[in-house]
Amino acid sequence: MAAFTQSTARFAAGLPLLLLAGAFLVEYAPFADIQPIRMLFGASILNFALRATVPLILGALGGILCERSGIVNIGIEGMMLAGAFAAFVAKTATNHWALGPSLLLGTCATLLTGAAMGLLHALFCLRFGMHQIISGTALILLSMGISATFFDRDAVAVGKFAPWPVPLLSEWPVIGPLLFNKPPITYAALLIVAVVGFALAHTRWGLRTRAIGEHPRAADTAGVAVLRLRYLNTALGGALAGLGGGYLVLEAVGQFQEGMTAGRGFIALAAMIFGNWHPVGALGASLLFGYAQAVQNELLLAQVTVLPRHFVAMIPYLVTVIAVSGLVGRVRAPGSLGQPYRRETET
Amino acid sequence: MNSAPVTGRVGLRHQSAGIRRNMPQPVLEVRGITKHFPGVVANRNIDLDLSPGEILAVLGENGAGKSTLMNIIYGLHPPTSGSIRVGGRRLECRSPRDAIAAGIAMVHQDFQLVPTMTVLENIVLGVETTRRGVLDPATAERDVDELCQRFGGQLDINLQAVIDDLPVGMRQRVEIVKALYRGARILILDEPTAVLTPQETGSLFQIMRGLRNQGTGIIFITHKLKEVPDVADRIVVLRQGAVVGHARPGATTEQALATMMVGRVPSLTVPKTTVVPGPPMLEVDNLTVHRDDGTIAVDRISFEVNQGEILGLAGVQGNGQTELIGALTGLRPVSSGTVRLNGRDTTQVSARRVGRAGGTGHIPEDRHTHGTVESFSVAQNLVLNLCNRPPFARWGLLRLEAIRAHARRKVADFDIRTTSLEQPLGSLSGGNQQKLVVAREMRDGLQLLIASQPTRGVDMGSVEFIHHQIVQQRNTGRAVLLASYDMDEILALADRIAVMFEGRLIGLFPAAQVDRNRLGLLMSGIPA
Repeated sequence: MAAFTQSTARFAAGLPLLLLAGAFLVEYAPFADIQPIRMLFGASILNFALRATVPLILGALGGILCERSGIVNIGIEGMMLAGAFAAFVAKTATNHWALGPSLLLGTCATLLTGAAMGLLHALFCLRFGMHQIISGTALILLSMGISATFFDRDAVAVGKFAPWPVPLLSEWPVIGPLLFNKPPITYAALLIVAVVGFALAHTRWGLRTRAIGEHPRAADTAGVAVLRLRYLNTALGGALAGLGGGYLVLEAVGQFQEGMTAGRGFIALAAMIFGNWHPVGALGASLLFGYAQAVQNELLLAQVTVLPRHFVAMIPYLVTVIAVSGLVGRVRAPGSLGQPYRRETET
Repeated sequence: MNSAPVTGRVGLRHQSAGIRRNMPQPVLEVRGITKHFPGVVANRNIDLDLSPGEILAVLGENGAGKSTLMNIIYGLHPPTSGSIRVGGRRLECRSPRDAIAAGIAMVHQDFQLVPTMTVLENIVLGVETTRRGVLDPATAERDVDELCQRFGGQLDINLQAVIDDLPVGMRQRVEIVKALYRGARILILDEPTAVLTPQETGSLFQIMRGLRNQGTGIIFITHKLKEVPDVADRIVVLRQGAVVGHARPGATTEQALATMMVGRVPSLTVPKTTVVPGPPMLEVDNLTVHRDDGTIAVDRISFEVNQGEILGLAGVQGNGQTELIGALTGLRPVSSGTVRLNGRDTTQVSARRVGRAGGTGHIPEDRHTHGTVESFSVAQNLVLNLCNRPPFARWGLLRLEAIRAHARRKVADFDIRTTSLEQPLGSLSGGNQQKLVVAREMRDGLQLLIASQPTRGVDMGSVEFIHHQIVQQRNTGRAVLLASYDMDEILALADRIAVMFEGRLIGLFPAAQVDRNRLGLLMSGIPA
């Protein structure tokens, strides 16, 4: 496990450094005018990449909290979509408020709705013993149905989160505008990665979470309340995934569209696996996938014709498939993933 | 059946009155525990007392209800009725947490350790020390070290090691330290010696005595009669879920205990006639086999099994026996070397052809994962490996009448207790399931029997029966390879004994030349 974590951590640290180095090159090196380099490492593509990364990493974190506790979460997409829709409803209902409180309410709505979806998943899986993949699928269908049915196509959300420049840090060249002049959910996402990563390794909660995901019976006999912690973590994970959806409405786009999450929940799932169920690894993976989307976007914008447009549009998905299939042998899922825990089995 | 609980209760009143006079107040009082599982009464009206500084052996066969009782005391199973008192106070035990809080700790038969975590993490799990919300491994480490020092090196472990990398003996040590770290006043050890060599068992007993002398009450669960007098202060015998007797070591005999356990007079030895071994049936030459993870499991092993002989393959679990047998039965690829069966090269031949062409019968190590389908009927399970050829199939269709007739015969010959041939195998008791596997593998035309852990998890009556069947095969001139982690089984049955350690054969002797002690040393890798 340790070796895997190291290799994913190396990757997770390496990719951002590579991109930053590229950004500096574009800024300072003499060959900044070379079109492909500017296109691959310019401010525009990197900003886009980070924007695409935030919902992925939040979704992946949601998956991690769930799955490190031993519950399969294939429903990230549904949790994200529910979060996005809740944010939109809360925001449009309070358009007449000042922007700040209205957005704050939207954020609360998105977190609570995500948590409720998580609890629902936990209830299905833990209380009613439903197959975890079926339950996840049900969550996706549920939120697709509800958001499509109740979506008021005439409603318009007014305003979204604006960047909060961090004093001093945002003045730094290259790094400042890229990382320290962002809207709040972006900061929050990066912060949560660090917090969850630290907490999993160094707190009582983290130790117990790892234990119930690997060997729930061992945890139970050691005095850990397995089911309670599974409920808690699934709800927390749902809240984070929900926030990933809310980000789309409150910070990235400002509006809701039907099926808005567009498969991001599944890419987040891939990022979680590729990142070996570790927050920092998942951040690296999310960045890779986010960057692939940005590349696609840049190529389409630049109207590159070497490749047909449709092939360009495939890039992010291709990267996801290659990354996950090529590396899947090197990651290791939590030991009890997907197996319901029942204390009383006759032996 | 009906009188069993009554004798149990009467016996106990008698006994506990005696205890109260000359022993301190019991630390654990179990009263009238009854436990129903769907269709089974696992415990009936059990009473039990444990004093501080006492080792109480709970003796019983597989399926006698020992583990269920302990799981109830530990809060894993709610009892159907009955009560438990700890230190005079009634224990409302809804989960292991309540039990731990009351000072009860349990070392489970299948160790309850998280394999990917370190020793220290496993020890502190559930009772972590934190400083400002962050785990404090330094303090925990100091506390554990202090604890271990009280035992003068007997409990030393590398706290940073990952459980996965530790041998079983060490894992058990981790479990015991884990229990002590929780400040247990009552320690339950569920079949702790099942996976240990005699030397490891000896050091476990020393630790147990040390704990007893410091005032811990210990419940020691076992089905091995030989161990009980060594360490127990008092013995309680369970049979079919009820207490059937009490004894004190020194005031009883192995035979008497066995009789209580089984409910009749069992034979403790297997009668063997003298057979002059014939030519080799199985020849293994320089065989190397890898595990799934690519490590070497069997390292250039050579041996042969002769006709009319039982070759016992001894060794602690995990030393390559499973992989060796996998390779011999065609279930696992051979990396190098050859296997010859009756003179023909059968290296790397499929399991079906080894079984059919070579006349090999295979009693697999774990019948739950190999060799049986629990949801299939008794009759179907009896023809699992034969059902695609005459007389059980013709033109690709099963001949149900032939299958039933076959099943009727086997059920009668091997004393498989089943209500009907259509009963799903899973609903039979462990002993009867195992007898079914034995019955199927001991078929006409058998030349070589490979029996791996043939009596694991089986009641004593079935053990006896299966042992007789195996010896019977040998007596009629068949070759038998018997792999067992239980060295008493090897010593009782084998004509020659091969010992495996870390993938190699570190000894191959006529059975008469080895005793328990020497075999134990060999099993721990110390060549004599």
